Amino acid sequence: MDMLFRTKSAFSQIKPTWHIKKVASQFFTACLGFSLSSLALAEQLNLREGVTEISKEVYSLHQYMLTICTVIAIVVFSIMFYSIVKHRKSKGHKPANFHESTAVEILWTVIPFIILIAMAFPATKTLIAMTDTDASALTIKATGHQWKWEYEYLQYEDDANLKLNFFSNLSTPEEEFKTPSRDTGLFPTPWGSDPATDQAVIDAPTKNENYLLEVDNPVYVPTGQKVRILTTSADVIHSWFLPDAAVKKDAIPGFTNETWFEIPEGKEGIYRGQCTELCGAYHGFMPIEVHAVSQEDFKQWLADAQAEQEARELAAADETNIEFSKEELMELGEKVYNTRCVACHQANGQGMPPAFPALAGSDIATMAEHRIEHILIVNRGKNAMPAFGAQLSPKERAAVITYERNAWGNDTGDVVQPKEIAENP
Amino acid sequence: MAHHANPTGFKRWLLTTNHKEIGSMYLLFSLAMFFVGGFMAMVIRAELMYPGLQLVQPDFFNQMTTTHGLIMVFGAVMPSFVGLANWMIPLMIGAPDMALPRLNNWSFWLLPVAFGILIFAIIKSFLGLGAAPNFGWTFYAPLSTSYGPPSTDFFILSVHIMGISSIMGAVNVIVTIINMRAPGMTMMKMPLFVWTWLITAFLLIAVIPVLAGAVTMMLFDRHFGTSFFDAAGGGDPVMFQHIFWFFGHPEVYIMILPAFGIISTIIPTFARKPLFGYASMVYATASIAFLSFIVWAHHMFTVGLPLQGNLFFMYMTMLISVPTGVKVFNWIATMWRGAMTFEVPMLFSIAFVVLFTIGGLSGLMLAITPADQQYHDTYFVVAHFHYVLVTGAIFSVYAAAYYWLPKWTGNMFHTGLAKFHFWASLISVNVLFFPMHFVGLGSMPRRIPDYPLQFADMNFWISIGGFAFGLSQIIFLVVLYKCVKGGEKATSEVWENPEGLEWTIPSPAPLHTFEVPPTVK
Amino acid sequence: MAAQTEPGKTPLYYVPAQSVWPIYTAIALLIIAIGGANFIQQSTDKVANEGTLGGATFAVGLFALLVCMWGWFRETVVESLGGKNSTQLSISYRMGMGWFIFSEVMFFAAFFGALFYTRLLTIPWLGGAGNNAMTHELLWPQFQAFWPLTLTPDGRTFEVMSPWGLPAINTLLLVTSGVFLTIAHHAIKVGDNAKVLKNLAIAIILGFIFMGVQAYEYHHAYVEMGLTLNSGIYGSLFFLLTGFHGLHVTIGAIMLTVMWVRTAKGHFTPENHFAFEAAAWYWHFVDVVWIFLFFVVYWL
Ligand code: HEA
Ligand code: HEA
Ligand code: HEC
Ligand code: CUA
Ligand SMILES: [Cu+2]
Repeated sequence: MDMLFRTKSAFSQIKPTWHIKKVASQFFTACLGFSLSSLALAEQLNLREGVTEISKEVYSLHQYMLTICTVIAIVVFSIMFYSIVKHRKSKGHKPANFHESTAVEILWTVIPFIILIAMAFPATKTLIAMTDTDASALTIKATGHQWKWEYEYLQYEDDANLKLNFFSNLSTPEEEFKTPSRDTGLFPTPWGSDPATDQAVIDAPTKNENYLLEVDNPVYVPTGQKVRILTTSADVIHSWFLPDAAVKKDAIPGFTNETWFEIPEGKEGIYRGQCTELCGAYHGFMPIEVHAVSQEDFKQWLADAQAEQEARELAAADETNIEFSKEELMELGEKVYNTRCVACHQANGQGMPPAFPALAGSDIATMAEHRIEHILIVNRGKNAMPAFGAQLSPKERAAVITYERNAWGNDTGDVVQPKEIAENP
Repeated sequence: MAHHANPTGFKRWLLTTNHKEIGSMYLLFSLAMFFVGGFMAMVIRAELMYPGLQLVQPDFFNQMTTTHGLIMVFGAVMPSFVGLANWMIPLMIGAPDMALPRLNNWSFWLLPVAFGILIFAIIKSFLGLGAAPNFGWTFYAPLSTSYGPPSTDFFILSVHIMGISSIMGAVNVIVTIINMRAPGMTMMKMPLFVWTWLITAFLLIAVIPVLAGAVTMMLFDRHFGTSFFDAAGGGDPVMFQHIFWFFGHPEVYIMILPAFGIISTIIPTFARKPLFGYASMVYATASIAFLSFIVWAHHMFTVGLPLQGNLFFMYMTMLISVPTGVKVFNWIATMWRGAMTFEVPMLFSIAFVVLFTIGGLSGLMLAITPADQQYHDTYFVVAHFHYVLVTGAIFSVYAAAYYWLPKWTGNMFHTGLAKFHFWASLISVNVLFFPMHFVGLGSMPRRIPDYPLQFADMNFWISIGGFAFGLSQIIFLVVLYKCVKGGEKATSEVWENPEGLEWTIPSPAPLHTFEVPPTVK
Repeated sequence: MAAQTEPGKTPLYYVPAQSVWPIYTAIALLIIAIGGANFIQQSTDKVANEGTLGGATFAVGLFALLVCMWGWFRETVVESLGGKNSTQLSISYRMGMGWFIFSEVMFFAAFFGALFYTRLLTIPWLGGAGNNAMTHELLWPQFQAFWPLTLTPDGRTFEVMSPWGLPAINTLLLVTSGVFLTIAHHAIKVGDNAKVLKNLAIAIILGFIFMGVQAYEYHHAYVEMGLTLNSGIYGSLFFLLTGFHGLHVTIGAIMLTVMWVRTAKGHFTPENHFAFEAAAWYWHFVDVVWIFLFFVVYWL
């Protein structure tokens, strides 16, 4: 019995605490939650208010709409249930025979119309404000890729020659989402084993708090300044969504869209969102993480990040002249593979045919005559295979290719050096 | 009964030109598709029950979402309404059959062909032999063009065939209604179900060819080097969305107008009072249909339309609430001071009025462009359209089925079981779809196989509701089976003094009716 | 709405007996779809799909479809000649054809819509108009917005088709053909079969010449002008619109040819010639589409 109801209450919190509660209390809170007392919890179930002026405006617009709609619903349903209860045949009510009234009909055409006008005014005002991207201090270009965001800092204050761009990949380790959930709730596990004894469940790592919402390289923005985001895409349509700023803009290949937000001073912090346009298999796995910092900190970060990038580029150029050992390349290659390639080609190199080809035993990854082609595919991409030329340093690419040519029984013994990568861009 | 020397058995069904038989085939087909689409929904809900990838691969999950949407929309809801139209329109207007009976048979048999192709792709995917369509039921380019799996081409041709079926079905309905009414059955005397179908058929003929155009361009972009949806050649992926939604928005009204007709037929019967505001119902339906052509971009508030565009589409979308409101108010006025009883069709109708209105009101919230920046592509949208589609369209079909089953089979259904079906569905459907509003407002994106932890609790309950709703539908199968097999014999009127020509003929309705047209006073 | 049945009246309406053709036609379409998809995949080499008999299956399907159409139409012709078509039924047929043509209008509307959208919105946007300044600056700095678009954003270039050569001749051909068809139509209403045959023949021949000219124009575009399906949005729209129109001309010409044969066989009377009328409507519809197309695709 205990087993059956081992679930967390539905409404106890919106932030998860990952443990199991007692039957009675859950049931109680759940019922409570479904009843009117949900008013007290309304905040957690409602739209996020966010932190920007616009998001607050949107929030109050939402509240306004929700209130009107709720009132309409209550009025309409009350009248309906009143007439249902009152005019039951079982109570001996005899039907009237009217079926028209021009006056009433005009009334209930005109009143909704007036309500709509009352809704349209604030909506128009907010929409106009949202569209105005003028006078922004920082411009960032956000390019969607399957399945990561690339950020390019184009201009900050007077400096239109920023040199900074980076990719922002999901950083939640794969083990966390590819393993069963620890909290298995009402049913033992989806496949029916007992979580207390199921080794797969016991071994599963705990999902961390920012599960699926965390990235390796977050975007930094200053507070108190208007940030303009230009969205575009390198492949399919994605959408850049930051709920706390009420910003959602589709990233369309071949076009750019503009949007903006301004996080007020004092609201420094980390804001998270997700891609909101179906963009293929890992659409659910390309989060957006924005670090809002004070203007001072931002300037510092910007300078550091640019310097670091420059250093990295120099190092990468140097690397093309160095011969690395196979061991070193294999080690790095495995790391790169497991962060950048696994999503499609899988850890065992089997891919997910036919969408994503297997690399284990594939002609391209094993045969000498395809060696150059292998390099080109990784550098330039091909159809749904992304180009990694701009995302990975020559050394990293050399490493991952070396890895692919030797892992999973491919055992070609090939070693690909950064030089070769640079020669076949 | 033997009118022509009709073959019996299998061939009778394959070759029939009789509107009642074709209607039954449509209805059974749509029921089957409802279960197939429901099965996919169950896979979705099972995967989403807990955070983490539990059962299926992400790509397979997308295939389930896509085929669930496609099968429910094109395979379950639309054919069920066509089935009802086939059965009831000739009976309601006193015609001997549909105007073009052979075409009617063809329209039906195209459906198993189209869905056979689609379902074959899904079965192949289950067996690990290649991905089924995985780009959402909206198949936005370029995910469906350059990035679509090989099955996309089969999907395109399958959509073409569905399209032919819908267009031919709609042509038939229009011609039947305009040309086959019994003497005295003037347009403004037609039952509302007939009216709403007339307008629906018009919508179908106007927009299904546009969908055909869209998939044709897709096919060309995929294989023949064109660049309709590719900026590198001067095309635009957003143009795909415009074309799709020019079809897609009227499409959602195609899935609700016949439902309005059904509800407008049932409520007066059990309120024992004529429908309030008949004429305004007709005008409201026409206004909704008209407006449905100029609101499509409300699905595209985040694609970066110019400000004026967003404003225009916001205003037009909001306007639709007015005629829809007129309908809701008319239904309530019909109940007002009636003598109400609560037979199963009425229960579903009352639930329809309430739950559809909830779905409509969330639609109105979505129409507010700035707020849609938060709602768009989250579960709030999913909640909205399941309220209008499941508790709207599907509930109306259940209402219609219970209302006319005795006429079709000649037997009363098992009321107790049917009521059980209703209550189980009503409760579970709300557990299923209501919390979706909350996760949506909490900004959970749609079409994802796994989600951040703060959505875990709600999704668990949603899944429980989903399983319960799914299981509840099995009760309907039992009711249906028992009703076809036997049961208390129904009178020709079935209910107390219902209006309409269909109640003047015996139950079960004989194969051929109104060969001599009745005269309507 | 109480019903009243008047006894003793004969049935107004002929409900056809069961027919094998609808389901056969559905199966033919199934074969076409399977064959067609496989055929396209194999012949365009985008998708690895070897070992299926796409082309052959497609051909079988097409043949089956023709057989079905022959059978189905034969059935209706027999009914019509057998006098089973009441006035009401022939009105139904006419309305049915009318609404079918309306659906075709909407099909073309999708393509014309794409044309207008491209010209009025996409191309200017790619050139930086409206809220797309950054699209131009960041993504397509070299691109110049003009129409007809002879240089795509990614740098493909080709010539455009001038309206005043073959297209103008083609316009003339189709319009003249429509005139002869109308003469034939008037003739059929007075039962002058010889006149019908003569004028209908001219209308058909003009139609076939149109198709020939169109084929030559395509050849010219591909071989000499570098204008292909691959030529960016201009080539895409040009070939899609004219190609689908051409397909409809072909269907229409076949329909008219059948009508010629049926006239020769004496199937039509001044009162009963629905099939002829349907084919004529279709032809006029194709005509109108062409004129529209001539203006917006070739000329403006
Ligand atoms: C049967 C199907 C159906 C119906 C009837 C509707 C009805 C409406 N829909 Fe819905 N909609 C869908 C099916 C449907 N929709 C689907 C499937 C999608 C998602 C597609 C996808 O992306 O996959 C969608 C998405 C969708 C969006 C896009 C959301 C997004 O993606 O961001 C929007 C935005 O405007 C919207 C609005 C509306 C409106 C305003 C109505 C109106 O018609 C509702 C009118 C009704 C009422 C308002 C209630 C009754 C009225 C009163 C009681 C009167 C008094 C009220 C007032 C005056 C306020 N719908
Ligand atoms: C009329 C249309 C219709 C109907 C009836 C339904 C019915 C249901 N839908 Fe629907 N849904 C859509 C139209 C519809 N849906 C559309 C258009 C989309 C968008 C697709 C897209 O994003 O592209 C969508 C998307 C969609 C999603 C979002 C997926 C995503 O974004 O990833 C979800 C998630 O829960 C969902 C759930 C359900 C459920 C649980 C039902 C239930 O009501 C189904 C109940 C029925 C059954 C279950 C079948 C009967 C019972 C059995 C087969 C017995 C077996 C039962 C058990 C094992 C319990 N649907
Ligand atoms: C977005 C998904 C995705 C990611 C991430 C990805 N690939 Fe691929 N890869 C593909 C697809 C799709 C193909 C097939 C391309 C085609 O032939 O059309 C492919 C093909 C390949 C091939 C050729 C295989 C063959 O036999 O044809 C190689 C080699 C390859 N990828 C290496 C890599 C490397 C190295 C990485 C990581 C640095 C990587 N891929 C990351 C999707 C991906
Ligand atoms: Cu990127 Cu979804
Ligand atoms: Cu819509």
